[in-house]
Amino acid sequence: MNEKLLLKYDHIPGINTLAVYRQHNGYTSLEKALKTLKPDEVVEEVKKSGLRGRGGAGFPTGMKWSFLAKPEGVPRYLVCNADESEPGTFKDRYLMERIPHLLVEGMIIASYALGANASYIYVRGEYYYIIKILQKAIKEAYAAGLLGKNILGSGFDLDLYVQPGGGAYICGEETALLESLEGKRGNPRIKPPFPAVAGLWGRPTVVNNVETIAAVVPIIQDGGDAYAKIGVGKSTGTKLISASGHINKPGVYEIELGVPVEEFIYSEQYCGGIRNGKKLKAVVAGGSSVPILPTELILKTAKGEPRLMTYESLSDGGFATGTMLGSGGFIVMDEDTSIVKNLFTFARFYRHESCGQCSPCREGTAWMEKIIKKFIDGKANMADIDLLWDVQSKIEGKTICPLGEAAAWPVAAAIRHFRHEFEAYVRNPQSINEVKHYYRLNNLVEA
Amino acid sequence: MTTSEIKFNDEAQKKVQEILAQYPNDKSKSALLPLLHLAQAEFDGWLSPETMDYIASILNIQAIEVYEVATFYSMFNLKPVANYLIEICQTSSCWMCGAEDIVRYLEKKLNVAVGEPTQDGMFQIKTVECLGSCGTAPMFQIGDKYYENLTFEKIDAILEDLRKENKRSRYV
Ligand SMILES: Cc1cc2nc3c(=O)[nH]c(=O)nc-3n(C[C@H](O)[C@H](O)[C@H](O)COP(=O)(O)O)c2cc1C
Ligand code: SF4
Ligand code: FES
Repeated sequence: MNEKLLLKYDHIPGINTLAVYRQHNGYTSLEKALKTLKPDEVVEEVKKSGLRGRGGAGFPTGMKWSFLAKPEGVPRYLVCNADESEPGTFKDRYLMERIPHLLVEGMIIASYALGANASYIYVRGEYYYIIKILQKAIKEAYAAGLLGKNILGSGFDLDLYVQPGGGAYICGEETALLESLEGKRGNPRIKPPFPAVAGLWGRPTVVNNVETIAAVVPIIQDGGDAYAKIGVGKSTGTKLISASGHINKPGVYEIELGVPVEEFIYSEQYCGGIRNGKKLKAVVAGGSSVPILPTELILKTAKGEPRLMTYESLSDGGFATGTMLGSGGFIVMDEDTSIVKNLFTFARFYRHESCGQCSPCREGTAWMEKIIKKFIDGKANMADIDLLWDVQSKIEGKTICPLGEAAAWPVAAAIRHFRHEFEAYVRNPQSINEVKHYYRLNNLVEA
Repeated sequence: MTTSEIKFNDEAQKKVQEILAQYPNDKSKSALLPLLHLAQAEFDGWLSPETMDYIASILNIQAIEVYEVATFYSMFNLKPVANYLIEICQTSSCWMCGAEDIVRYLEKKLNVAVGEPTQDGMFQIKTVECLGSCGTAPMFQIGDKYYENLTFEKIDAILEDLRKENKRSRYV
């Protein structure tokens, strides 16, 4: 089955405008919610749908919504997380660029469900052109009475705003995002209190990913039960996968959760196989922070069952032999790829993006980058492999936010599954020159 | 420029009012990031101490509150930059698809190292981390524009066009 719920109309010309969006069922979910459902009934449908947060952690959305504190007389907020900075992830950008009204409609329905009268979409600053697209869509919605006072005569009021970030991965972490939205440095907060109790400006707040909010539209359209029938087990519905790397057809694909990984990589419908007829070497299945898996373990679990694109199947075997669905950033590497050099790009990324509050993360990310660089420079010895393992093992569980862990996991997995590659670089430092560290576009022509 | 010369023009002033209207009255500090983006675009592509002081005065906050934010986020330039800042992604997917070649090609073509402006102040290369364009790697960003699936030929044409356009790139 190949059911599309979010990207059904992504190729219709003009679908970014209100008029065309409306011709394709646009804002009928909103109408249904406002005219036939009470806010709590919307939450109920989302609970029934089994929808899990699409930002990375996979927390059940309906449950998150029901935790929102509702003290009398205190405003509460919905904040959409459009910071999308996890390497390998570009689905939210695609969705907002193509169908901005889907996010706007989802924001209005979700705000109604939560009783929020002002909501924000926090977009990473580099996506400034997306901010302009969203602002245009929001303007159209105001003009059509879909935002502002007394929306569609329901008595519900909502103002919707777009806020730019400033170029900081850490602002994707929800409490850092809230700090940033308050005009401060993006330093994650110590939890508890959770945003559901004390979020934006200390008031009750729900933070949800772009794709999560967009999924509320089809859930209200067809009902939570219908959504729950799509997918496998607790991985209900569809998921946007950002596919990149050495594949024939990189791009954003909406899959029904449960598609076998092998089919996703090799079928013409999705990635279309490995570029240049090469063999598959490894996959990072859920964005840079999830463990890398070699071919044998990404296609099949350790038990020999086909690995499926679901939360459960991808994490089968724990970190020893499994990984995570994460943000759905699916990075594919062919047989010529240097795992160590790829790891270096991740290590550099996390060192750059650590906010610096916790010493295990601030110092650990810097050390990991330094040690991995030694392998690439042909200056490492065997003891450096154990040192690297030691450094990464001292970060997990000792930091304010999960960025420290996100930095440590890819290092641990690379050593776990590709230790021989580190060893080869030590034994024969020259070999680094023989490995293709990168792809030449064509022969470097003289400028 | 002296402080007295730094002042948003009428059009930018209108944008400032629109931005401030997005938050409750007593929460105007939330306008800081949008205002820094606007200021960077309006005042030559970077944030001088005078510009930051000006923003502090608009929001009625301490100058240090602006400095600490401006230094935290990588999009804010604290030194003058060339007209076109070419921001090349060097993270995993882009690296796998040739980002290092792009950097080297640009360095050669523009005859500068990463970080230095060209002599005519037209171009400057900056390496950055994943810009959410991994499926169309390799890529770079100039102002709010994404240039994707780059080849050397494409780069030649892009630089040619920009040289002719000869304006300062901006996000806002
Ligand atoms: C370092 C870090 C970066 C994150 N980046 C993002 C991001 O870019 N987008 C996102 O939606 N969630 C991101 N998250 C997860 C958020 O903290 C939060 O769980 C999520 O926005 C909740 O939305 P959801 O329940 O709809 O997934 C990040 C978390 C961490 C620790
Ligand atoms: S773990 Fe790292 S990013 Fe997170 S709060 Fe600590 S120092 Fe900052
Ligand atoms: S890795 Fe370059 S845009 Fe994501």
